[in-house]
Amino acid sequence: MTEKNWPLWEVFIRSRNGMAHRHVGSLHAVDATMALANARDTYTRRGEGLSVWVVPSNAITASDPAEKDMLFEPTASKIYRHPTFYEVPDEVGHM
Amino acid sequence: MYTQALNVKDEGPALVDAERDAAFQARIDRDEKIEPNDWMPEKYRRTLVRQISQHAHSEIVGMLPEGNWITRAPSLKRKAALLAKVQDEGGHGLYLYSAAETLGTSREELNDQLLTGKAKYSSIFNYPTLTWADIGMVGWLVDGAAIMNQIPLCRTSYGPYARAMIRICKEESFHQRQGYEIVMTLARGNADQKAMAQDALNRWWWPALMMFGPPDAESLHTDQNMAWRIKRFSNDDLRQKFVDATVPQGHHIGLEFPDKDLKFNEATGHWEFGAIDWSEFKRVLAGEGPCNRQRLAQRNKAHDEGAWVREAALAHAEKRAARRMMQAAE
Amino acid sequence: MRASKDAIAPCSSERDGSKTLTETPLFLVTLRLADDALILGHRLSEWCGHAPVLEEELALANLGLDLIGQARSLYTHAGAIEGAGRDEDGLAYLRRENEYRNVLLVEQPNGDFAATMVRQLIYSAFMHPFHRAMASSKDATLAGIAAKAEKEMAYHVRHSAEWVIRLGDGTEESHRRAQDALDALWPYAGELFEVDAPMRAAIEAGLVPDPESLRATFDATMTEALAEATLTLPKLGSFQTGGRAGRHTEHMGFLLAQLQYMQRTYPNAAW
Repeated sequence: MTEKNWPLWEVFIRSRNGMAHRHVGSLHAVDATMALANARDTYTRRGEGLSVWVVPSNAITASDPAEKDMLFEPTASKIYRHPTFYEVPDEVGHM
Repeated sequence: MYTQALNVKDEGPALVDAERDAAFQARIDRDEKIEPNDWMPEKYRRTLVRQISQHAHSEIVGMLPEGNWITRAPSLKRKAALLAKVQDEGGHGLYLYSAAETLGTSREELNDQLLTGKAKYSSIFNYPTLTWADIGMVGWLVDGAAIMNQIPLCRTSYGPYARAMIRICKEESFHQRQGYEIVMTLARGNADQKAMAQDALNRWWWPALMMFGPPDAESLHTDQNMAWRIKRFSNDDLRQKFVDATVPQGHHIGLEFPDKDLKFNEATGHWEFGAIDWSEFKRVLAGEGPCNRQRLAQRNKAHDEGAWVREAALAHAEKRAARRMMQAAE
Repeated sequence: MRASKDAIAPCSSERDGSKTLTETPLFLVTLRLADDALILGHRLSEWCGHAPVLEEELALANLGLDLIGQARSLYTHAGAIEGAGRDEDGLAYLRRENEYRNVLLVEQPNGDFAATMVRQLIYSAFMHPFHRAMASSKDATLAGIAAKAEKEMAYHVRHSAEWVIRLGDGTEESHRRAQDALDALWPYAGELFEVDAPMRAAIEAGLVPDPESLRATFDATMTEALAEATLTLPKLGSFQTGGRAGRHTEHMGFLLAQLQYMQRTYPNAAW
């Protein structure tokens, strides 16, 4: 008998209020309710979290690493987007 | 040890793409991390799946010898700590299976390899835990040896594996201390307890040294893994590091190591130790250790007896989803 | 559904075989709660390494750790009340079988996963409202322990109810197993509601809640879960009883043989 597998879920945890949810790993569960419970039991055993998100792994669309240059390279030259590009006299103080 | 998989020769076909291989190696040399969707040589992928899954299997099978003693732990404090520790091993197995799954092999496939005896796990877990002192030894020596290997793995080249190892090392930090404290309490206890500790050390010391795998001279397959930065130190280097760290800890609590050749070399600053019986190591790896059959049988039993539960949970989730669809359609 | 009060055989302290005369109501109720938590925690810990799926391995250990933690606080408190120098381990490990005061439910073997989850649901459906009420106990230590335990037991209710529902309304096999588990374990539910003389005294002193006041919550939790699980409660003439007075089922001796093995083999050693 071939057993049907439980779907894979990705787990995100907010460690403190004010922080964003951060990807911590994955797990298997039959549905969202169980995925939340399993995430709690697996990834928050040492008080790591205040809030948990679970997302079916197959619901995530990822960018293609092969397109990394096309997608992310063009931004490197746009240094005028960064504050250090502009000169402000020291006497003016912090801006 | 947990990286014994790296001492196995990769027999699979090596599809060589010289140009991409070189670019890949250049990334590794720059200490860049490799992430799941990145291109990687097939052999790198296979080696990692084998290494990570063997590591995961070791955590899971490793729950059995220690789990043996949870119901017999001699105090409530020890009982809680041991249950938490063995639970951690399960968690570590889970993190590692997750890392392996990012390489495109499902946990079920990996588990199947374990249950059919195709996949290996650390040789150490084929030894029995006969007394309470063994629980101390597993923590002190086995987890101590594991940490020697696991800390460098936090910087291994494959991102998901390195991240899992960081989490594992953080959680493991109490395991070895827990074990040493158990042994120390026995060594400072009554005559029966001291004898129990010494007997356990006598039985666990050599198998613990074997955890690091065969001597470098015989371990011909590590060069590629070193180049790929999957592995970062040689077996012998790690073994020596372990001996240097552990021997003074044992002497401190009045235990004797079962090695008449053990002596400190003032010139090198290292503890020299006697010859390891590699024929025993080979026997255990070949499935003829004291508990190989029992460990696999226990894993298979748990898996088989859990089949109806896993099926039922899926069936219920499907029913629930169908009902929700019906309601939405109304 | 009701664990009918009338169906429970009277259980007074005079019927206790062992030395209840020296036990104050506060000591006795604390000890009983500690024994319940320890024995069930011990049973859950037996699953370690054998769970149906890795994620549930971690969940079962969490449930067990909660209960062992509760037991430790309760034993320490009981030892202090008694004032005879017994610490948590002295109480947990060094009594005779008839001196353990846990309900029979918690000592029942794990059986299959359905039995473990049904047992957990019955126990936590009762203990969750019990701890919530005990959080306002006149005994400050009991109140503190209960305030923490209430949150833990709320999760135990949720976890076990979800599994009972999945198994009851899963496959044909899982339904049969869940119903068998319920049939086998429900006879031990009534004992949770027993009130004997020392318990009555503890209730009147405001130390612990009257179980009768928890019945509606207990019934509601069970009814809701069992309805969704498509399971039915067996019809019973009477419930099993005896644990509170130290009369256990045949399983208890084997459990204690493991639990006490080290302490009995090596008396007076520190671990």
